[in-house]
Amino acid sequence: MKAETQSATNSTSAALPADPPISANRLRRKDLVGIAELSVEEITLILDTAVAMQEIASRPIKKVPALRGKTVVNLFFEASTRTRTSFEIAEKRLSADTLNIAASTSAVVKGETLADTVRNIEAMSPDLLVVRHPSSGACHFLSRICRSGVINAGDGMHEHPTQALLDAFTIRERKGRLAGLKVAICGDLLHSRVLRSNVLLLTRMGADVWLCGPPTLVPTGFEQSGVHVTSSIDEAVEGADAVMMLRIQLERMLGGYFPSLREYFNVFGMTAERVRRARPDVLIMHPGPMNRGVEIASDVADGPYSVILDQVANGVAVRMAVLYLLSGGAEHEAVA
Amino acid sequence: MKRLLKGGHLVDPLQGIDGVRDVLLDGDRVAEVGHDLPAAEGVEVVVVPPGCVICPGFVDMHVHLREPGQEHKETIASGTAAAAAGGFTGVACMPNTQPVNDSAAVTRAILERAALAGAVRVYPIGAVSKGMKGESLSEIAELCEAGCVAISDDGRPVATALLMRRALEYAGMFNLPVIDHCEEPTLRGEGVAHEGYVASMLGLRGIPATAESIMVERDIALAEMTGSAVHIAHLSTRQALRGVWAAKARGIAVTCEVTPHHFALTDERLAAPVSYDTNLKMNPPLRERADVDAILQGLRAGTVDVIATDHAPHQRDEKHVEFDRAPFGIIGLETAVPLTLDRLVHGGVITLRRMVQLMSVNPCRILNVPGGTLRPGRPADVTIIAPSVPMTVDLSKSRSLSRNSPFDGWTLRGSVAATIVAGRTVYVNSEVPGAAAFGPAVARA
Amino acid sequence: MPVVMDADRMGRTLTRIAHEIVERNHGVESLALVGVRTRGVPIATRLAARLREISGQDVPVGALDITLYRDDLMHNPVGPQPLVRSTDIPFSIDDRIIVLVDDVLYTGRTVRAALDELIDFGRPRAIQLVVIVDRGHRELPVKADYVGKNLPTSRAESVSVRLLETDGCDEVIIEKIDGEDAR
Repeated sequence: MKAETQSATNSTSAALPADPPISANRLRRKDLVGIAELSVEEITLILDTAVAMQEIASRPIKKVPALRGKTVVNLFFEASTRTRTSFEIAEKRLSADTLNIAASTSAVVKGETLADTVRNIEAMSPDLLVVRHPSSGACHFLSRICRSGVINAGDGMHEHPTQALLDAFTIRERKGRLAGLKVAICGDLLHSRVLRSNVLLLTRMGADVWLCGPPTLVPTGFEQSGVHVTSSIDEAVEGADAVMMLRIQLERMLGGYFPSLREYFNVFGMTAERVRRARPDVLIMHPGPMNRGVEIASDVADGPYSVILDQVANGVAVRMAVLYLLSGGAEHEAVA
Repeated sequence: MKRLLKGGHLVDPLQGIDGVRDVLLDGDRVAEVGHDLPAAEGVEVVVVPPGCVICPGFVDMHVHLREPGQEHKETIASGTAAAAAGGFTGVACMPNTQPVNDSAAVTRAILERAALAGAVRVYPIGAVSKGMKGESLSEIAELCEAGCVAISDDGRPVATALLMRRALEYAGMFNLPVIDHCEEPTLRGEGVAHEGYVASMLGLRGIPATAESIMVERDIALAEMTGSAVHIAHLSTRQALRGVWAAKARGIAVTCEVTPHHFALTDERLAAPVSYDTNLKMNPPLRERADVDAILQGLRAGTVDVIATDHAPHQRDEKHVEFDRAPFGIIGLETAVPLTLDRLVHGGVITLRRMVQLMSVNPCRILNVPGGTLRPGRPADVTIIAPSVPMTVDLSKSRSLSRNSPFDGWTLRGSVAATIVAGRTVYVNSEVPGAAAFGPAVARA
Repeated sequence: MPVVMDADRMGRTLTRIAHEIVERNHGVESLALVGVRTRGVPIATRLAARLREISGQDVPVGALDITLYRDDLMHNPVGPQPLVRSTDIPFSIDDRIIVLVDDVLYTGRTVRAALDELIDFGRPRAIQLVVIVDRGHRELPVKADYVGKNLPTSRAESVSVRLLETDGCDEVIIEKIDGEDAR
C-alpha cells in the first residue's frame, strides 16, 4: 500500500508551517535577570516559543488562558511607557491579572529600602514581578530575596534581556538565523543596558558583532567579549546584515562626552548614504525612543530597511514567551 | 606579675632574632629575652605550644572604630575586641566619626573610652581639615598634644594640592605623618567598582586606576617639596605602586599600606558568579589581576611597607541594598592574619620575618609609637600566631558588631593563637592546641 | 510491543473514515479539517487527500496547538513548561463544519482544550471529531464521531500511533508503562 508521505503538498493549505525544532532544555529557572545566565538552548526555546505567541496577535480573540488566575506585577522604578505597555499587553493576552506600580524612588528617599518596598508587594502573593530599576544589579538583588519570579525589564546600565531577545527574534525572522551575520551596534554604548544584553546574546548565538561610538562612550575592555570596536561608522556598517542604533541622550552632551548633537550626527548618525554601505537587505533597528536627527536620520527611520515597528510588535510575542516559560507548568505532555 | 613564655619561636627583626627564645614579661614590660631563661619563684611559666610563633604585637594602622556617633556599626569596645581576636595589640582609628575627630575634645573622648572599654591599645588619627571639609587645617598641634599619632581625611582625599602642602609642612613640625586616601574626585566620579571589563559588563560605573595614581603622584611631589612624610593609605593599583617605588628610589619620605582584600581578591570575583554582592564593594575597589600581581611583588620586595585592614564596619541593613546604594567597605580585623599567613607566607610570597615587618615593625615606626620589637624595656605587647593551624572564617562568631565581609566560610591555613597587651592576655584561641596556656583572656580594664 | 494496527490497516481505516465523513455531511461543502498537534496534523492532511479523491474538492486543513489551553498547565509549578508550537488556521471557521483530528482519544482533556481554543477563533456550525484509536477511560463527556479502532486498555498501558511523517512508519502499538502517567 502506498505510504503517503508528501500529502502536505497537495492540500489547499499547501504550506503548513513545519514544527520548529524542539529544544532539548526547558527554562528551568525562577527568574530572568539577564542574558548572561541563559544557555543557547534556552535562548532558542524562548525564540521558538515566541513564534507560537506571535500568531495570537492575528486572532479575532487575542487571548489564551495560559496564565489565567496568575498575578503579574509590573514594578517600574523608572518611567517607561513603551516597555511597560508591551509587558502589560503580553500579560493580558495570556489572561494574567496585571498590576502596574510606578514606584518612584521617593519611597526610598523617605527611607524605605528597595527590599522593604518589594517585600510589601510580595506579601500580596504575586506570581511574577516585572521590574525596571535605575540601579545595575537591582534585579539580581530582588531575585535573591523574592519568592516570586523576577523578570528584568531593565536594570541601570546592566541588562535589558527581553529587548535583546526581541531584537534577535526580529533578525532571525527576517534572516532565518543569527550565526555568521554581521551586526553593528552604534551609539551611546557606555550607558546602554540594551547594548550589554545584545552583545551577550548575539555573540553567544554566533553573530559577528561590531560596536561603534565615540571613544568617550565605549565601555572599557569590551573587546574581551569577542566584539570589534571602532569609532568609524563606515567600517562598522560596511557589509552589515543588521544595524542597531542606540539612543543618544541630551544629558550625555551636557556631561561632556561629545561637544554637540549636531557633531554627533555628522560623525556617527545613520544617514541614507551610510546605509548604502551595508548589505542590500540590511535591517535598520532601534530599541526606541528615537532621537530623529541625532543618532538616526528621519528618512532612514521611516525607510524601507527599517524594522523598528516590527521590533515593537515582536516585543509583545517575546514577552509572552518569557512570561509563559517562567510561570511553571505540567511535567508531561497532556493526556489525550 | 611575671610571665615566662617558654620555648617559643621568636621572630623579632629589630633584634635580629628568628629562632627559639624564652621571653620574660614583667608587668607591662618585656624584662628579658634569651635562651633557656630560668623560672624564678612567683613567675608564671607559659609553655608555648609547638608550632606557635611569638611576634612583637601587630598594629593595624587603618581601622574605623565608628565611635563616637555610629555605634550601631561598631564601638570602641567591639572593634578592639575584634582586633584582639585578630592578633592586633593596637589599632589606629580614623577620624571620620560623628563628630569628626578634628579637636582635642574628641581625641580625648576616644582615648577615655578606650581606656575604659578597649581591649587593645587605641591610637587616634586626627583630621587634616576641620570637619574633614577640605577647607582649612584642623588644630593639628592640639590634636598632637591630645594624643593623635597621624592626621588624615580618610574616607576622602586631602582635597587640594594646596591643603596637602600646608598639611605636610605643618604636620612636619610635629613629625606627624599625613595619611592620604588617594583618589582624584573628578576622575572617580560616581564610580562604584574598578573601571575595567568586569564593571563594564555589569553596568557599574567605574573608578579608573588613574584616579588613585594621579593623586599618589601629587602627594609624592608635595612630600618631596616639603620634606615631610606622607603615607599612602590602602594602595591598590600597579600604577600607584610604580610611583611609590620610583619615589623611594629617589629618597622621598613616602610609605604605603595594602589591605588583605587587595592582595587576596580581584574584580573578577564580582562576576563569578554575577551576584552584585555588596560585600565586594569597597573604596578603593577590588582591582585587576595585574594589580594584585604587582602588589604581591611589592610586598615581597619592600615597596609596600604595611599591611593594614581598613576595617570598615557597616550594619547589615545598610549593606542589604542595591549595589549602587551600598556604603563602601568591609570589616577585616579578624581575617587579616589568617589571610596573610595563608596567601602570603604559605603562598611563598613573604617570610614570617617580613610579615612581622609589615604588621608590627613598620606601622609602629611610621606612627612613632612604642612597639615593633620585644627588646627588654619595651611594652609587653605580644602577638602569638600559629601558622600551621587552619581556621574557617565564621562570621556569626565575629566580635565585631558588623558582618560585612566576603570571606565567610573561607578555610585559611594560619590562625592567631593568643594576643597579649601590656602583659595581660586579651585573647586566646581555643581552636589552637595548647593555646590555653596563655589564658584565660581578660578584658583590658 | 504488540502492533494492533499495521500500515495497510491504517491506510484502509483512513479511507473508510473519509467515506464516513462524506456520507454524514452529505459531501464536503463547508467542511474544514483541523489537526491537533502533533500527530493530528499529518492525519488531517492525509484525510484531506482522500476527501479530494472522493469528492474532487479541496478541503482546507489547519493545525491547532492546544498547549496554552491545557487544564493541567499551572498545576505543577515546579516543573518545566511543555513546548508551545504554533497554531495555523488560515481560514475563517465561522459557519463551517470543523472536523477535529487527533491520533488517540483517552481522557478527553485534549479535545476539551481544542474545543475551547477553536471557539476563540469564531463560531463553527458544528464540530466533529476523528480519532485513529479510542482507548477508553474518559474523564470528561467527550465522544468521537469517527473512530479508527476501539481499543480497550488499562491505565498501565500506553498507546502510540506512529506515522511515516513523524516517526518513519505507520503503525499503532500498545506498551506497558512503569509507574508514569500514560501518553
